[in-house]
Amino acid sequence: MKPAPFDYHVPESVDDAVGLLASLGDTAKLLAGGQSLVPMLALRLAVFEHLVDLRRVEELRGIERRNGSLWVGAGTRQAVIEASDEVRAAAPLLAQATPLIGHFQIRNRGTVGGSLAHADSAAEYPAVALTLDAELEAQSPRGRRTIPATEFFTGVWSTALDEDELLLGVLLPVWEGRCGFAIEELARRHGDFALAGATVAVELDCDDRVARCAIGLLGLDSVPRRGSAAETAAVGRAIHELDPQEIGRAAVAELDNVPADLHAPADYRRRVGAEMVSRAWTRAVEEAGRG
Amino acid sequence: MADVEVEIRVNGQPRRASVEPRRTLADFLREQCGLTGTHLGCEHGVCGACTVLVDGDAVRSCLVFAVQAEGAEVTTIEGIGAPDELSPVQAAFRDHHGLQCGFCTPGFVVSVTAFLRDHPNPTDDEIRDGLSGNLCRCTGYQGILAAVRAAAAGAQATTG
Repeated sequence: MKPAPFDYHVPESVDDAVGLLASLGDTAKLLAGGQSLVPMLALRLAVFEHLVDLRRVEELRGIERRNGSLWVGAGTRQAVIEASDEVRAAAPLLAQATPLIGHFQIRNRGTVGGSLAHADSAAEYPAVALTLDAELEAQSPRGRRTIPATEFFTGVWSTALDEDELLLGVLLPVWEGRCGFAIEELARRHGDFALAGATVAVELDCDDRVARCAIGLLGLDSVPRRGSAAETAAVGRAIHELDPQEIGRAAVAELDNVPADLHAPADYRRRVGAEMVSRAWTRAVEEAGRG
Repeated sequence: MADVEVEIRVNGQPRRASVEPRRTLADFLREQCGLTGTHLGCEHGVCGACTVLVDGDAVRSCLVFAVQAEGAEVTTIEGIGAPDELSPVQAAFRDHHGLQCGFCTPGFVVSVTAFLRDHPNPTDDEIRDGLSGNLCRCTGYQGILAAVRAAAAGAQATTG
């Protein structure tokens, strides 16, 4: 259980980190909190000649309002997000999702950027980013760009980031008005990756109709997914007309790549997913109704 | 694959060494510092036996490379208590049958020490949540739960 040898680099700035990635090529990997990467190195599922540690890059850390969004620096630790009043106020879904990540010892090291870039489809942050239509800022030697979350997650542990590109931060749109948010997931043991889970964001108008909503699905495909058909069906309808069970079934109906493994067959995961959507929908609507 | 010079304060003592970058903080503590109270179970971040404090935060030392801890203040089980001077958490584990073989105990004690510092008056649900990152394969968790409850109550009584 020892990682293969590698050379270690500790840049002080984003420019230096990107420069290192460009010169070292695909033999290098970025190291953020290391809570996913180091186990993969220890198990030798991954081997790199160079690790570029981001711990000294201060510009990657921080939580602040920017126009209508909350910006969270990629290097911000999950424990910092968990304790942040700003996050609770501006991105309640991110706040609710954070305690479900691993254990507190993991969240003391793990970062938001690391979780998004690792892109495990059963992880919480990718689903939250997708649900909130987040934008991901990245820098490469070719400059900076912003990638919509809908285009960011491309496959198992794969993202739209180029090999010489560094994730700088994530911009989460702030939902104002009569809004509610919830995340529900089923894990065999607390802290394990969920068998399936769902995130819901909903905004009601003054007549208790669904003004807009977003449903995220985690652990139900090789990438986080949206329950688009269920969202479309719900918008404009009065909440008392909507059956949460029905929304749950509609949200998972289009899934065609549900994982199956020794923990759960695909059909079971799909049914758990529908139930998680239903529960999250119910909680989110209750919260929105109080607003 | 060049070695890297690191200086880490361990239990208040500066420790300097030249390490391979792939050397974990856990191996640094055990082999370079001779502090074998930090135990290694799974070596991939699941069991929690290797938990130490880095700048006050409980972390898995098998998931931190020693080079990442350059300049940090590390506290191991040896810095928390001694055989003739148990910490309140250790004393509570002894009093409530919170350990049997003892292999997982250093990780539990370090985790619980940090947990109670941040949650001085925890509910049972919070205690279970706080313990979820440490695995015990022989004692059973009820004694550990009782120990954490007692340690919390003892600290409350002292600070009153």
